[in-house]
Amino acid sequence: MLRHLRPAIVLLLLMTALTGLIYPLAMTGIAGMVLPRQAGGSLIERDGKVVGSSLIGQNFTGDRYFHGRPSATTDTDPNDPSKTVPAPYNATNSMGSNIGPTARSLVERVKADVEKLGGGKDKPLPADMVTTSGSGLDPHISPAAAAFQVSRVAKARGLPEDRVRALVAAATEGRTLGILGEPRVNVLKLNLALDAAAAR
Amino acid sequence: MTINGWIQILLFVAIIAALTRPLGGFLDRVLEGRRTFLSPVLGPLERGFYRLAGVDPAQDQSWWAYCRAMLVFHVLGFALLYGLQRLQGVLPFNPQGMAGVAPDLAGNTAMSFVTNTNWQNYGGEGTMSYLTQMAGLTVQNFLSAATGIVLAVALVRGFARAEAKGIGNFWADMTRITLYVLLPMCVVLTLVYVWQGVPQNLSAYVEATTLEGGKQTIAQGPVASQLAIKMLGTNGGGFFNANSAHPYENPTPLSNLVQIITIFALGAALTNVFGRRVGDERQGWAVFAAMGVLFLAGVVIAYWAEAGGNPLLTALGVDPSGGNMEGKEVRFGPALSALFAVITTAASCGAVNAMHDSFMPLGGAVPLVNILLGEVVVGGVGAGLYGMLLFAVVSVFVAGLMVGRTPEYVGKKIEAREVKMTMLAILCIPLVILGFTALATVVPAGLAGPANAGPHGFSEILYAFTSGAGNNGSAFAGLTGNTLFYNSTLGITMAVGRFAMIVPMLAVAGSLAAKRKTAVSLGTFPTHGGLFIGLLVGVVLIVGGLTYFPALALGPIAEHLAMLAGTAF
Repeated sequence: MLRHLRPAIVLLLLMTALTGLIYPLAMTGIAGMVLPRQAGGSLIERDGKVVGSSLIGQNFTGDRYFHGRPSATTDTDPNDPSKTVPAPYNATNSMGSNIGPTARSLVERVKADVEKLGGGKDKPLPADMVTTSGSGLDPHISPAAAAFQVSRVAKARGLPEDRVRALVAAATEGRTLGILGEPRVNVLKLNLALDAAAAR
Repeated sequence: MTINGWIQILLFVAIIAALTRPLGGFLDRVLEGRRTFLSPVLGPLERGFYRLAGVDPAQDQSWWAYCRAMLVFHVLGFALLYGLQRLQGVLPFNPQGMAGVAPDLAGNTAMSFVTNTNWQNYGGEGTMSYLTQMAGLTVQNFLSAATGIVLAVALVRGFARAEAKGIGNFWADMTRITLYVLLPMCVVLTLVYVWQGVPQNLSAYVEATTLEGGKQTIAQGPVASQLAIKMLGTNGGGFFNANSAHPYENPTPLSNLVQIITIFALGAALTNVFGRRVGDERQGWAVFAAMGVLFLAGVVIAYWAEAGGNPLLTALGVDPSGGNMEGKEVRFGPALSALFAVITTAASCGAVNAMHDSFMPLGGAVPLVNILLGEVVVGGVGAGLYGMLLFAVVSVFVAGLMVGRTPEYVGKKIEAREVKMTMLAILCIPLVILGFTALATVVPAGLAGPANAGPHGFSEILYAFTSGAGNNGSAFAGLTGNTLFYNSTLGITMAVGRFAMIVPMLAVAGSLAAKRKTAVSLGTFPTHGGLFIGLLVGVVLIVGGLTYFPALALGPIAEHLAMLAGTAF
């Protein structure tokens, strides 16, 4: 019996040491040296304080900022640990809504959001504005969703719309190599640019 | 659907087709123990491993010895991973102070990763310590993938060898694949992913103060190193709960392209290994072509379904041109989300970059059907090839019945024992899928699972057991799976899906290896041409259709028809 067990035990332990400790720890060391910003989570600092990550969306609710997409992330209910409460853009619990396409809860949620944003049949809204993302942390919105918010933000900040539109254009990323992915606007970067423009 | 969407899909297909032959050649060399450019560095390491383990790599094992080695390795791997999860609270690399994992969840997760399923009833960033992610989950990502590849190769040896007693040495095969193929590729891939923005650190979670003055805690971890093997090994278990939809786990369209290529690369290359071993690469390309037909059919349907938008939302004033964006990320959009979903279920990967649960009824049906058909389109590393070769055995058997000759495949007579074992492997899977789905729809503990009402709720249950049996691991994730009922039934399903498939498969390999080669004659049915490809695709679809159509009618098909009538649940 031991004859059969020895290769299994020894190889399992060797492979655990190699692929489970040496490999990830060595990669952590190398990545931290060669690509420290990305390896550390692409964090953004302003005035010496971490304000977020360029890859992780955050929750915006005021009129002065562009808003990201609706987020379905939750957190533990502080009053009852067995329950959860909505907590948009909770970056310790990424998740989508997992609501099916024919769910009444989806139809009702979207209906309320469309009304709140002033959309309708004659003024259809970009789909990403009223749908939750897969991760609940989507850092991007579509250029159409950004264009939709320009006048609100410009008014709240007292900036000319053209100025805001130019900032949106500067924050818009195209397709990689002209082919891959979809055009998109990074909401956090755009809002940082807005704050910087206002401060000047 | 857009032209740009199709260009991205065709680009992917072209890259895979171009990689298949060179990668197949490299795999072939490694598995034969021949020298490669990595030998000077890794050769001494490999020999050291054999010496410590007391393994003679040249010793051929019978199919039963090979199978026993594989099973013992699984059992020990399960025990180690279970122990690590239970004890993680007192072990190092745990900056967030994660507590030990509950027994039923730890058991489900250990079975899930050992069988290459990577079904996850937990969220990584809220449950697992960094040590568990690295020394537990990452290790099984490597080993279960290596096991998948070597099992396929064992079956290929069965076809290729003549009057042979053995089908190779499990320990040597597993060690070589891990050292020469998986590990070096992962080192390179890790750096590519970090370059694109995937974190690789051991820090505590970052506290940020948002622009509006709120607090945001951002989960960190050694993500890139695990992501690399998660995709290459078609494991699919996310570091984070949202898997490859998480912007840290798939930050850019380029990282997305690398991920989908690495899901398919090794599985596709194995078809070429098969061709090389049986002495006729066209045999490999015929299998590749049959896989390609099924794959493209799935992509067309899924992309069409997702790109058109949700009619229930269009009626409310949502622009349908953006597609169905619920559960999708802006950087990927409908095209790359649909493509990823088809790839991850065509192979037994199970990683997701969009939430399948929120796909349109027919868009979500494609991943479901892909797994139900046996993930024979490229498959998990290895699993697809041996699944497809078993269907090839059925195909030549059917063809043989039609003309009244003893069927042959690549020079081997297919006789009663092979057909019986093949049918055993093919029939065990629907038994657990349909059996447990039926059970879950009648007992209260099962009915408590689905998050959605109506036919979509049924689809959530069906998808869960399908994903478990197919060792896929993707989910209609609204289902609450972390309960005693689902942890245990899905654990059993994953074990049956893995072992009830591979034990008979290895028996077929052993019995084929012992046979002599028959010479090609005028009466031999050619298995490298269009007729055979058509027959093979037909057999896959007919077996799957006959088995699963009633279940599909109750789920996605009913939901689609209800949606067209404007019904919500």
